[in-house]
Amino acid sequence: MNDKSILNAAGQPPLLEVENLRQYFRISRRQTIKAVDGVTFRIYPNETYGLVGESGSGKSTIGRSVIRLYEPTAGSITFRGRDVSGRLSADDEKMLHTRMQMIFQDPMSSLNPRKKVVDIVAQGLDIHRSYASRAERSEKVFAMLEKVGLSRDHANRYPHQFSGGQRQRIGIARALIQNPDLIIADEAISALDVSIQAQIVNLMRAIQKETHTSYLFIAHDLSMVKYLSDRIGVLHLGHLVETGSKEEIFKNPLHPYTKSLISAIPHPNPIVEKKRSAAIYDVRASGIDYEKGSLRHVEGTHFLLAADDEFKRWTKGA
Amino acid sequence: MDDTILSIQNLAIEFQTSSGTVKAIRGVDLRLRRGETLAIVGESGSGKSVTVKAVMGILSGNGRVTSGSIEFRAAQGEAVEKLDLLNMPRKARRSAVNGKRIAMVFQDPMTSLNPVLSIGSQLTEGMRLHLKLSKMEARSRAIELLNLVGIPEPEKRIKNYPHQLSGGMRQRVVIAIALACGPDILICDEPTTALDVTIQARILELIQSLQRKMGLSVLYITHDLGVVAKVADTVAVMYAGKIVERGTVNDIFYDARHPYTWGLLSAMPDLETSGDELYTIPGTPPNMLGEIQGDAFAARNRFALNIDNRVEPPMFRVSDTHEAATWLLHENAPRLQMPPALRERIERMRKENNAS
Ligand SMILES: Nc1ncnc2c1ncn2[C@@H]1O[C@H](COP(=O)(O)OP(=O)(O)OP(=O)(O)O)[C@@H](O)[C@H]1O
Ligand SMILES: Nc1ncnc2c1ncn2[C@@H]1O[C@H](COP(=O)(O)OP(=O)(O)OP(=O)(O)O)[C@@H](O)[C@H]1O
Ligand SMILES: [Mg+2]
Ligand SMILES: [Mg+2]
Repeated sequence: MNDKSILNAAGQPPLLEVENLRQYFRISRRQTIKAVDGVTFRIYPNETYGLVGESGSGKSTIGRSVIRLYEPTAGSITFRGRDVSGRLSADDEKMLHTRMQMIFQDPMSSLNPRKKVVDIVAQGLDIHRSYASRAERSEKVFAMLEKVGLSRDHANRYPHQFSGGQRQRIGIARALIQNPDLIIADEAISALDVSIQAQIVNLMRAIQKETHTSYLFIAHDLSMVKYLSDRIGVLHLGHLVETGSKEEIFKNPLHPYTKSLISAIPHPNPIVEKKRSAAIYDVRASGIDYEKGSLRHVEGTHFLLAADDEFKRWTKGA
Repeated sequence: MDDTILSIQNLAIEFQTSSGTVKAIRGVDLRLRRGETLAIVGESGSGKSVTVKAVMGILSGNGRVTSGSIEFRAAQGEAVEKLDLLNMPRKARRSAVNGKRIAMVFQDPMTSLNPVLSIGSQLTEGMRLHLKLSKMEARSRAIELLNLVGIPEPEKRIKNYPHQLSGGMRQRVVIAIALACGPDILICDEPTTALDVTIQARILELIQSLQRKMGLSVLYITHDLGVVAKVADTVAVMYAGKIVERGTVNDIFYDARHPYTWGLLSAMPDLETSGDELYTIPGTPPNMLGEIQGDAFAARNRFALNIDNRVEPPMFRVSDTHEAATWLLHENAPRLQMPPALRERIERMRKENNAS
C-alpha cells in the first residue's frame, strides 16, 4: 500500500474498502432494480461509519453485499487487505465469517426459537471449534453474556423468555464472541424503545472502547447516528451522495438531499416542531442526474457526489 | 359540545399463560376527540399495543377483557351513533367498523401483508368490498394512494409482491391500505419506526393534511418523542398497564411531573447531545404476573417516597388539561425537582422557542 492518502490520522489503512459497488436485482425481463449503483466508501479500524438514507435507498443491500449474503454485480470489496468481492476461497470465507459479523433489526426472527441462549451465542465457536472442552465453551459464553449486561443464569433460557432489549443483547453477544473487526448493525436499535435504545447504544460504545471493533451502523434515526458515528455516508437511490465526518455532514450539509434529510429530523420540542415543515427534495424535478456526477473532495473527509456546475453551485455559499 | 369520538373507560385486560395470569392492562381511561391526535408513549411491554388491539377487537385467544368499556361515537350525518365496541357482534363489527371507520396500521408491516398477493390486489380488496368500487376505479385509486404515500412509479410497483419491496416501502403500502376507505379513526402502532426521516415527515404531513381535510382522528403509538412533538395534540404516558401522566403536548414536554416521564424525556438524545453516556432508566419494567404492590414504578424510581412501596398513587390534577399519578404531587410530599439535565434541555427548548 504505497498510497498514503488513504491512511487515517493514526496512519492505519482502511479495514474495509468498498469501491464502486453495484448490486442489481432482476425482477423480470423488463424490470431490473439497481439497488446499489456505484457506491464507494471506507471504514477504518476502531471507527463507526453511519449509513443513512431513505427507505429503499440500498442501505441493507450494501450491508448484505459486504458480508456476502449476495454476489455483488460489480465493484470491489476489500476487507483486511483481501479482496472478498469475487468467488471466495475457503480461507477467505472463513476469515469473512469470523472477522465480520452482523446484528439484525428484528432480534426475534434472527434467533432460533428452539435453541437455548448458550447454544445461540456459542454458534460461532462451534463452527470453528474454537474451544478445547465443553467447560471452556460455557465459560466463553458466560463471559460474553456478562459483557453485554446479561447473566450466566440466562444461558439456559430460550429467546421468547426475554424482553426485546435483552434479545438484542443476545444477538450482540453472538456477534461479539468471535471478536470481530467489523460489526454491521442493520437498524439494530430501531425496533426498541428509547430507554432500551440508549442501553444498547451505550453498550456498543463501551465495547468499541475495549475491543476497538469498527461498526457499519445502518439506521434511519439521525439523532442516534449522529450520537454514535464518527463518519457518515448519505445514500439516495443507490448512490452515495455525500460523506464526511459527522461535524462536516451536520454543520455543513451540501447536497440538497442531505439538507432535506437533516431538515426532516423531528425535534422533540413541540412549539418549534409544530411550525416547521421539512424541505422537500425531488430528484426528478431538480434535474440532478446522479449518473453524471462523481464523488468530489470538499475538504478533510468531506466528499460530495456532483457534476462540475453542481459542485460549484452547492459549495459556493459554504 | 362533547366532541369525543372514542372513549375507553376503566379497561382491564388479562392473558392466561402457562406461568399464570398476566395483568397487562390495569384500568386504562383514554379519550380521543374528533380531529385530534392522541399519542401514547411508554416503554416496551407497557400495554400500548394491547390497548389498541382491544379497540380493534383483535386480542389474541388467551386474552380477556375483565372490566371496562370502549365506546365509538360514529357520526351519521348530523346524528351520533354510539357503538359499544366490546359487546358488538363480531360480524357487524367486521362489516361496519373495522377497516372502514376505524383502520389500523400495525407495528410489523410483514404481518399485515399477504406474501402471495400483489400489493395492488391487497390495496383494492377493501375498496371493492366497503366502497363497492369497480375494478378499474379501485385500481386508479390504488395508484393515487401509492403516490400519496410516496411510492415512486406506482403503476409499476402495484404489480410487485411484498418481498420485492424494501422494509419502508412495505410499511407505506400498509398505510395506503389503511387510508383506502377513508376511516374516521386511524390507529397507528409505531407506523414509522421502519421509515427514514424524509418519508416519515411525508407520512406525518400526509396524516395531518387528511386530518384537516376529513377531520380524521388519530391514535398514535410511538417511541419517538420527536414524532410526538410533531403530531400530537395530547399525550398519554403509559407504564405497566396504566396511564401515569396525561396532558397537552406542551404540558408533557415542558412541564412533566411524573418521574417516569422525566426518564423517558432524558433517555432520548436531541441533536445537541454529546458526551459519553446516554441516560437510561435503571432496571426493567415489572413482571405483570400477579399483583403489584404500591406504585409499579417505585423500584426504578430514584425519587420514590416510602408510601410508593405500599399504596398506588391516584391521578393528581395539575391543571385542567394535565394530570399525573405520582405521590410527588400530594400536598404533603417533599418538593422535588426534575433532574438538572432535563431542566437544562427544557431551558434550551424555551430559548429556541423564543428565537423562532
Ligand atoms: N431480494 C431482492 N429482490 C428484489 N429487489 C430487492 C431485493 N432486496 C432489495 N430489493 C430492492 O432494492 C432496493 C433497496 O432495498 P434495501 O432493502 O437495500 O433498502 P433500505 O435502504 O435498506 O431500505 P429500508 O430503510 O426501507 O430498510 C429496493 O428498491 C428494494 O425493493
Ligand atoms: N398473547 C399474550 N399472552 C401473554 N401476554 C401477552 C400477550 N400479549 C401481550 N402480552 C403482555 O402484555 C403486556 C403488554 O404488551 P404490549 O404488546 O401491549 O406492549 P407494548 O406497550 O405495545 O410494547 P412494545 O413497545 O414493545 O410494542 C406485555 O407484558 C406482554 O408481554
Ligand atoms: Mg433496510
Ligand atoms: Mg407494541
